[in-house]
Amino acid sequence: MSEAVETPARKEVRETLIVSRRVREFPDDAHTFERATSDGAYEIWKEVLRRADVQWIHDEVKASGLRGRGGANFPTAIKWESLPDNGLPRHLVINGDEGEPSTFKDRLLIEGDPHALIEGVCIEAYRIGSHRAFIYLRGEFALGADRIEQAVHDARAAGYVGSNILGSGFDVEIVVHRGAGAYICGEESALIESLEGKRGMPRIKPPLPIHVGLYSEPTVVNNVETVCTIPHILKMGGAQYANLGVNRSTGTRLAAISGHVNNPGVYELEFGMTLRDIIFGIAGGIRGDKQLKFFLPGGASFQWLIASDEHLDQVYDIDDISAKLGTTLGSGAIMVYDEDTDPLLVAWRLAKFYAHESCGKCTPCREGSGWLEKVLYRMSHGQGRPNDMDALLDISAGISPDVMKAPFTQTTICPLGPSPVSAIASLQKYFRAEVEAACAAGVPA
Amino acid sequence: MFTEANKKRAVEIVAQYPKAHSAILPLAHLAQDQDGWLSLDAMDEIADYCDTTAADVQGVCSFYTMYKRRPCGNFVVSVCTNVTCLVVGGPEVLEHLEHKYANDNDVFVEEVECLAACGNAPSMQVNYEYHEHLTPESAEQVVEDYKAGRLVARGVSGGAVHA
Repeated sequence: MSEAVETPARKEVRETLIVSRRVREFPDDAHTFERATSDGAYEIWKEVLRRADVQWIHDEVKASGLRGRGGANFPTAIKWESLPDNGLPRHLVINGDEGEPSTFKDRLLIEGDPHALIEGVCIEAYRIGSHRAFIYLRGEFALGADRIEQAVHDARAAGYVGSNILGSGFDVEIVVHRGAGAYICGEESALIESLEGKRGMPRIKPPLPIHVGLYSEPTVVNNVETVCTIPHILKMGGAQYANLGVNRSTGTRLAAISGHVNNPGVYELEFGMTLRDIIFGIAGGIRGDKQLKFFLPGGASFQWLIASDEHLDQVYDIDDISAKLGTTLGSGAIMVYDEDTDPLLVAWRLAKFYAHESCGKCTPCREGSGWLEKVLYRMSHGQGRPNDMDALLDISAGISPDVMKAPFTQTTICPLGPSPVSAIASLQKYFRAEVEAACAAGVPA
Repeated sequence: MFTEANKKRAVEIVAQYPKAHSAILPLAHLAQDQDGWLSLDAMDEIADYCDTTAADVQGVCSFYTMYKRRPCGNFVVSVCTNVTCLVVGGPEVLEHLEHKYANDNDVFVEEVECLAACGNAPSMQVNYEYHEHLTPESAEQVVEDYKAGRLVARGVSGGAVHA
């Protein structure tokens, strides 16, 4: 997205609770059927069945400008419009494989407000005409799987899920499917492979899952937060939702802030605050009277930013940050590091992550991530060599030919390959001198 | 071999999916919760339920790190050292537990990638139950509480244990 965007007006420094309101208001029991329904869960689902108007759902979500909250920012209503009308069964798959380092916002909804997710799933299944929805959770979310299974059980007992729901003639079954510890299954085509009982390796695209997905049938894959937002959009009206936020970044999104801040956690933020407001206002600034050194504004896979006014005054806006600073808001994770942090150590640990999680299908990723990890290990452990930074750039060019470019170019089927290259580009851009100094001594005798 | 109760459960799981092959992952979790690990025999049995070959099931399961293809005791302790835990003490927790339980056959300590618990880092899971805000000492206390039965563990695959 490199189109020109207007510089938006700065928003007030406060949270705007929509999708996380219930779990924040009732942290102890928002997951129970009693609490959720007394707080209004399934009211919009009942309204949808009463109106029996698919176009209403579509129009409101389209008017809201809702974009996928998993990281790709694709408009949800446009995805629905791409569904082929070929008579094949349609599937709805919810991506709850939250594994991107330092991303923990979907877990809040999965464990804390499962009925909101189920209500969203029912409404979306109704919109696309799907009778079987799969909620794919990462295997480590054992509590989350228990909570959602219990919620599905309770919702079925109340007649909100199952056959002929509330006499409407509409059926939808919800299956909770646990993964087993593979980050790559968060990539939608790998997730579909995993759901089919295979090794989680991404498929070559096209065809996109929307055309040829689960069991080679049309499949909509949506992030947990996206689905949970749909009932709120119908409740408040799409236009009202679109009034929140800035430019094409409408509404709110959950930001998971972690690292050296005083108040790490998940915050629901209206788009349009500055990064300075988020780090120093919302998250309480840097702990222990230290200075900010650098931060990752959009999870582990995208370029880093530093403590400059240009970066801190950047507005939290999907397209604006991409056009101006060459990074993205990704999965909603913001990792913050203080002045004592060695950027080489963070880059090494990220490369180690990608090397471990590479599925091995594409050579540049399988080999490249391992070599990046090896070189970064020696650089971050006092054994760096004077030309190691150039070695990193050279290896990176084999994975993502135009190393410094953002969004990254790729030689691989999926974006996991070039993800560690973002860290290398960031080292080159902001820490070249520090890295060279650290490696100048060469290998100790 | 699945117990009688788990055979019944396995049939229910397969029935949830349009194609039986999709049940490989959930059945592997079920077997691992029952036996404490995923044996070749278990994968043979899963192949029968999923209408495929034992080689296929082994190929699939070997892709996923949560499946332990050798016995690992009653407690899988998964310590995160990814980029948030890294800077607030995760590696120290891991080192302490690895050293402490190096010769304990009942406790399997592993380094894992991000557990999505970064707000309260450093974090770990014991049989996929979260424990956050750790120090090396408090992490050891958590493991001891499980060993003594003061904390109740899930199955080794994070599910209920069906005897």
